[in-house]
Amino acid sequence: MDAIGTVLVAMLGGALRVSTPFLFVSLGECLTERAGRINLGNEGVMVLGAMVAYATSYETGSPWLGVLAAAGAGLLLGGLHGAICGLAKVNDVAMGIAIMLAGTGIAFFFGKPYVQPSATLLPAIPFGFWSSSPQLKNALAVSPLFLLGLATAFAMAWMFRATRLGLRVRIVGESEDAARALGLPVNRTRFFATATGSALAGIGGAFLSLVYPASWNEGLSSGQGLMAVALVVFARWNPVHCITAALLFGAAGALGPSLQTVGITWGYYLFYAAPYVVTLAILIATVRPGRTLRGMPGELSIGR
Amino acid sequence: MSSNNLFSRRTLLAGSGLALPALLGPRQAQAADTTIGFIYVGPKDDYGYNQAHAEAAALLKRMPGIKVVEEEKVAETADVERTMESMVQLDGAKLLFPTSFGYFDPYMLRQAAKYPRVQYRHCGGLWDRTKHPMNAGSYFGYIGMGQYLNGIVAAHATKTKKLGFVAAKPIPQVLINVNSFAMGARSVDPSITVQVIFTGEWSMPVKEAEATNSMADQGVDVVTCHVDGPKVVVETAERRGMFTCGYHADQSKLAPRGYLTGAEWNWIKVYEDFATKAKAGHAPGNFVRGGLAEGFVKMSPYGPAVSDAGKARAEAAKAEIMKGGFAVFRGGLKDNKGNVVVPVGKNYAETAIELESTSWLVEGVIGSTS
Repeated sequence: MDAIGTVLVAMLGGALRVSTPFLFVSLGECLTERAGRINLGNEGVMVLGAMVAYATSYETGSPWLGVLAAAGAGLLLGGLHGAICGLAKVNDVAMGIAIMLAGTGIAFFFGKPYVQPSATLLPAIPFGFWSSSPQLKNALAVSPLFLLGLATAFAMAWMFRATRLGLRVRIVGESEDAARALGLPVNRTRFFATATGSALAGIGGAFLSLVYPASWNEGLSSGQGLMAVALVVFARWNPVHCITAALLFGAAGALGPSLQTVGITWGYYLFYAAPYVVTLAILIATVRPGRTLRGMPGELSIGR
Repeated sequence: MSSNNLFSRRTLLAGSGLALPALLGPRQAQAADTTIGFIYVGPKDDYGYNQAHAEAAALLKRMPGIKVVEEEKVAETADVERTMESMVQLDGAKLLFPTSFGYFDPYMLRQAAKYPRVQYRHCGGLWDRTKHPMNAGSYFGYIGMGQYLNGIVAAHATKTKKLGFVAAKPIPQVLINVNSFAMGARSVDPSITVQVIFTGEWSMPVKEAEATNSMADQGVDVVTCHVDGPKVVVETAERRGMFTCGYHADQSKLAPRGYLTGAEWNWIKVYEDFATKAKAGHAPGNFVRGGLAEGFVKMSPYGPAVSDAGKARAEAAKAEIMKGGFAVFRGGLKDNKGNVVVPVGKNYAETAIELESTSWLVEGVIGSTS
């Protein structure tokens, strides 16, 4: 296979492998932000989700139970964030950072005994069965969680567009005054949006420990939960665009290693920064001074 | 995220504990026990670098008259200085082992100058009698020869003639390993190439998995690594049907099918000697080095996939190394850019000081250091 083909297959595989956690965590963040709240705690939720999923799968032998447990852990931690941010004069950002530290701390503390053992992993669906190329076969071995992520994205988009529930979340996120005038429970809506969003982030964490790179250790997430905040801006708070953003991020992340294998060996630090450069470039290209971002929920503010 | 280092247990303890002795006057010397401090950059059960040290520390605890204090996940920043300071001030440590590469300069050197009565021994640093304090020093194992043997075994297992090496950072110790692995493999078959991928960090699980996968896609069928925790590389390679050579510790449990052999540390050899000296009140050596022959390094048992020919060849090479003075890097050797890196007429054995500033990759390695 020629070099360009190799890089492309690697980027395709990388996009499918690496993007899923980004997809889940950005969908979770998207839901929370559409209700008018920021949750920086999703980094901690992801790490905790990864640990809980790995531990549960190891103890019970069932990886799906692990995914469920990760979602549950996310729900609890997100619920905590949601409940506390509902109190008067609580700053979302500061609280999110506290949740992030708490989540990683709890995960490191309870995760100690699970660094060594090998847990049962989630099997992949071999969509590449028709191909004779082992590279393509491997690239197309898609995790069911990725498909679940796609389904969640479309379901969420539909919910925002066509359901009463979606409309309520949007009103709460767009204008608190309007929501109150309509008699909508602002705090309760935000609480559920935050908790559910974190449950999704927890599933993203489960992907890290049970699918790829499929191992629990303390450096596992390395900031992916924080990038979700940028990804949601990038996706303009649209769940379907979160898919594109996550795939682009995954593919850009696979660029560094695959370029080295085909012999482009200079400047790998630069290529590793590719995902962040892409984000930065798009943000710069689309943000203009004196204008709010298109699609940004009206209630969203970091000053609150 | 390293934010958990902001307020480590020790920093808080140090804050509250330092005030008390100041009021009570000079601190009483601890009983007869000699306290030794170990500092690790990662978790001590990572199947890798830190585990190799922690296992030896655990053995050291059993020595009578020795007390061991440990702290893991200490960043290569001012954090490590705080940790060292509190080990000296609070625990009364007389001998410290900051084990990670980045701890040496400037953090450990600064502390050594500050507390001249405490002995500091760094793993891997290049201690220099003319520049550095006498209560500092360094020790390291010549594990490169282990990677040389890995290379020989790998050469017998590969079908595609392409080997892979997942490396963290292009520092001398890592480059020596990459070079030795390539030299071992190419001593069996000069048509073999070694693909090296640098991940840029000591522990980056997603990148390590990506690197292993992209090598598998490229047809590499035996892989080894030099990262802090080889677990992700070894497990990913096993899933992709590749063979692996281990590093740091024994990873055969993680890859029962494809694990060939591995280069492991045997630090207890060093620590036992240092501890005995410290207990007797003597300063341990300032510049301690040893390899397979000295027992600082050992090889994992051969896995089921190793052929008899491979075993025989590796054992023959090992016997040669055990005699001492065996030089892999011989005069006239070229790097992968065509420059002569070992002057004609000189041979670098594993003990050669020149190797500790290696900045090149030998011919046959695909990759670059920048």
